[in-house]
Amino acid sequence: MDINDHFFRREAGRLVSALTRIFGVHNLALAEDVVQDAFCRALETWPMRGMPDNPSAWLMATARNRALDVLRRQRTATTFAPELGRLLDSEWTLTPVVDDILAADALQDSMLRMMFSCCHPRLSEPAQVALILNILCGFSIDEIARACMSRHAAIEKRIQRGKSALAEAKHLFDTAMPADFTDRLPAVQRGLYLLFNEGYHGASPETSVRLELCNEAIRLVAILLQHPLGKTPTTYALAALMSLTAARLPARTDSSGNLVPLDDQDRSHWDPTRVSEGMRLLELSATGTELTAYHLEAAMASVHAMARGTKDTDWSAIIELYDQLMGLNPSPIVALNRAIAIAQRDGPERGIAEIQAIADADRLAAYPFYPAALGELEFRCGNQVGAYKHFEVALARARNPMERHFFEHRLAACRANNRQPASVTAFWEPQFASAQAPDDAEDDRG
Amino acid sequence: MSEFLFLYRGSLAYTKSPEQMQKSMQKWVSWFKDLGEKGVIKNPGNPLERSGKVVRGHNKDVHDGPFAEAKDLINGYTLVDAATLDQAVELSKGCPIFEDGGAVEVRPIAKL
Repeated sequence: MDINDHFFRREAGRLVSALTRIFGVHNLALAEDVVQDAFCRALETWPMRGMPDNPSAWLMATARNRALDVLRRQRTATTFAPELGRLLDSEWTLTPVVDDILAADALQDSMLRMMFSCCHPRLSEPAQVALILNILCGFSIDEIARACMSRHAAIEKRIQRGKSALAEAKHLFDTAMPADFTDRLPAVQRGLYLLFNEGYHGASPETSVRLELCNEAIRLVAILLQHPLGKTPTTYALAALMSLTAARLPARTDSSGNLVPLDDQDRSHWDPTRVSEGMRLLELSATGTELTAYHLEAAMASVHAMARGTKDTDWSAIIELYDQLMGLNPSPIVALNRAIAIAQRDGPERGIAEIQAIADADRLAAYPFYPAALGELEFRCGNQVGAYKHFEVALARARNPMERHFFEHRLAACRANNRQPASVTAFWEPQFASAQAPDDAEDDRG
Repeated sequence: MSEFLFLYRGSLAYTKSPEQMQKSMQKWVSWFKDLGEKGVIKNPGNPLERSGKVVRGHNKDVHDGPFAEAKDLINGYTLVDAATLDQAVELSKGCPIFEDGGAVEVRPIAKL
């Protein structure tokens, strides 16, 4: 049988999570070694001897035998998972305990435990995302650095710190404690949201990389939705947001990797399965009393998904959702996006007035889309000279080649006095901009 | 037709990420598939454990492990059919081991 793309990477996440429950979170590296060993064995055996009928079970069996070797050899010198106490010391209990934890139906719970452990509040949010990618999704440091357009050393430091924090916690998160589960859940939701965001908004110019990160977030949120305490209306809203937004990925960049504005996206390339799945999840999120930013952002994504183009988009509905988001989670970025939606409905002059009225606009000092939005609206008012100045500022603040390329195009349009407006509406996909991941600064220090 | 032994020496990429290992594996699979379609595989062979014993000398002293350094360690073998040594060498050139700094030793099986 053939294996899927990213099969090894995903198996790594499952196997490391499961083995860590046996070895203990302080022996994470040992779990990773055992898994690496199982992969080597597969690499050596499968090509010559043919694929096993069930590659996943083959890897698990190989890792299990290797784990038993390690446990027998090191149990006098090493302390393994404290939860298991002395059960690993005796041959009477060793194999049954290991087999219980490695059983197929226990794997999802092991992954949840790891997911909740990675979202420890003591860890910075970028560290949480890096740890999830490394441990649960099987990405190497280099692969994370490439996906997040970050330096190898920065990611390495982030992961090292994260792993020491995990080891200090001594125990993996216990998903069987309802109160703890519910306490930690918002941090987990946030971590998965940021992971998705990194894929959708991150700096990687490769569409395939973005898609991979988004798919990982969707896969992990689906695991969360299978736990009785995990499937809250908020988790459904988060899953809806991811699905509805990921639906646009195929249309979001052109063949050279340039961002395609929402206006210009060929909506027939939006993934209809993702859209309908998103609408289904959105419906499931509409229970209970809690209204979160995920609900509002998912609702905005659904308004876009239901429209044939920006012209027949229900901008009043979008503005109303932004008003609610401002009430819930006021930020100058949300205000900026709201102003752009108003420009879309009531014209560029009204939009400029709204932007000028943003109270704490100084917090947007480094944000390239603040001047870009002003530039675009001036452009639409016919003020090419004013627009040019704003785009120059935006270009100076561009954070990656894609943004730079986009602003250079707008500058060229100003020079040529080309009347064709770009869509401000969503070249930065406004509903997501409320979550800007903190930058690398903390990791670059010392 | 003569028989030749391919001895795989050195790296099978033990330090790679899961994604890279999967890519390596797919290359090995397609190389073996290619050899299989050419009908030259006499015996696909087996991987070897990386540890073992070496017994040597009149006293039959037993030592731990193969003596070779990691880059020269024999990690597996395959028996192939080929008309000449040159042809066997050509067949070996499709092996993905070279991408990871490994080597294929091609040894004719002696004809008695």
